[in-house]
Amino acid sequence: MTEMEKYHVILFDSVHHALRSEKILKGMGIPHKLIPVPRHISSDCGVCLRFTIDLRNKIEDALNGKVDIYEIRPL
Amino acid sequence: MEQSIYFDNAATSWPKPEETYIAIDHFNRSIGGSPGRSGHRVSIESGRVIMNARESLAQLFNIDDPFQIVFTKNATEALNLAIFGLLLPGDHVITSSMEHNSVMRPLRVLESQGVELSIVRCSPQGYLDPDDLPALIRENTKAVVLTHASNVTGTIMPIKEVGDIIRGRGLILCVDAAQTAGALPIDVSDMNIDLLAFTGHKSLFGSQGTGGIYIRKGLEERIRSLMVGGTGSRSEFEIQPDFMPDKYESGTLNTSGLAGLGAGGEYILKKGIDHIRDKEILMTQHFLDGLKSISGVHIYGPGDASRQISVVSFNLNGMTPSEISFTLDEHYGIMSRPGLHCAPSAHRTIGTFPGGTVRFSFGYFNTEEQISYALGAVQQISRDQKK
Ligand SMILES: Cc1ncc(COP(=O)(O)O)c(C=O)c1O
Repeated sequence: MTEMEKYHVILFDSVHHALRSEKILKGMGIPHKLIPVPRHISSDCGVCLRFTIDLRNKIEDALNGKVDIYEIRPL
Repeated sequence: MEQSIYFDNAATSWPKPEETYIAIDHFNRSIGGSPGRSGHRVSIESGRVIMNARESLAQLFNIDDPFQIVFTKNATEALNLAIFGLLLPGDHVITSSMEHNSVMRPLRVLESQGVELSIVRCSPQGYLDPDDLPALIRENTKAVVLTHASNVTGTIMPIKEVGDIIRGRGLILCVDAAQTAGALPIDVSDMNIDLLAFTGHKSLFGSQGTGGIYIRKGLEERIRSLMVGGTGSRSEFEIQPDFMPDKYESGTLNTSGLAGLGAGGEYILKKGIDHIRDKEILMTQHFLDGLKSISGVHIYGPGDASRQISVVSFNLNGMTPSEISFTLDEHYGIMSRPGLHCAPSAHRTIGTFPGGTVRFSFGYFNTEEQISYALGAVQQISRDQKK
């Protein structure tokens, strides 16, 4: 497995949603990183949230009902 | 004349907290950047400024999801969005006789286009009796649009009681909180408010050119956008996004203004709305008590600070409101607002149309000393008038 495959990203409808998610995850101490949407993924919202796959459930629970997620996909 | 006393806070608050000035300057000087339009650092930081404003207001009004707040340039735009976005010919809407023209004029336009309009007559003190509502509700009644407090008399409206009456009947409660956001506690959930229009530059301590509206979750499906355009999201499509807040936030926002509004909201949260309200009650009661002892003064509205916001309307026998206001400014350095205050219907209700009244409106940064000085000035004007 390469280093890249360990990450997933969350795509959002808008930057507002990405920033709100960032704040919620920060508040809960869940590791993540706001990164520019990689070229091979198409999204108009310029940023996405990168996280390691083991945190997927935790992150989805944390955002559930608070921020709508557009898509979660491997990086 | 050395004094310069600002008593026109109901028009726009001044001064603002230091935090507001700093936030605006910091945004303009050190951030810049277009919010939500790119992924580079200043754009992201700019997005955080907007997010922060949304979150502090959500906390202030007890709104679960900050994305249910849409930013506009003022309460007028917010009310236009609610009223024109929601109502269709054939619908019936109820409002009060104390409304500002930012509610009345949109409703009058719609009335000419086939929306049915009922106006609840309020008392000469500006009170709305909630028991007057049920009889007005029709099969096609869609919404009740009501000010939270009159900008003419300060009278606080029974929003919660109205909410209780219309809840369960499927009606939408739209509240004009231009005068009360930041001045009175507002809880959209407890008060059953579906749409809350606010302005940023009055008691919320933001700058002019900011305002917004809270839209209860799901209601956005029934409210049309009045303006569409670039949102920085879903740019591959030529149709407007349907999600919040982008559905209603086309075009670059007033980010520097919203930086100030966010700081204003945080300032209020830090001071505590009850503390702010208590201080304003004391000043308002002080002024009311003093006015009552001056001969020739006629006070409009409740005359009781616990039942009104920090707005007091009065007249002096033998003088027009503009003469009084002019004298106060010219000879005493006191700034007040004479006339009809964009609310002709409210002045008809209290019996002061078309002459109007003199309105004093206090803010958190006014002082008891300023109130005492103003009472002395009104007393002197009243004496001079009798000579
Ligand atoms: C009761 C009321 N509604 C609406 C408004 C409109 O606010 P704005 O001028 O910020 O749109 C005002 C103030 O001017 C007001 O006092």
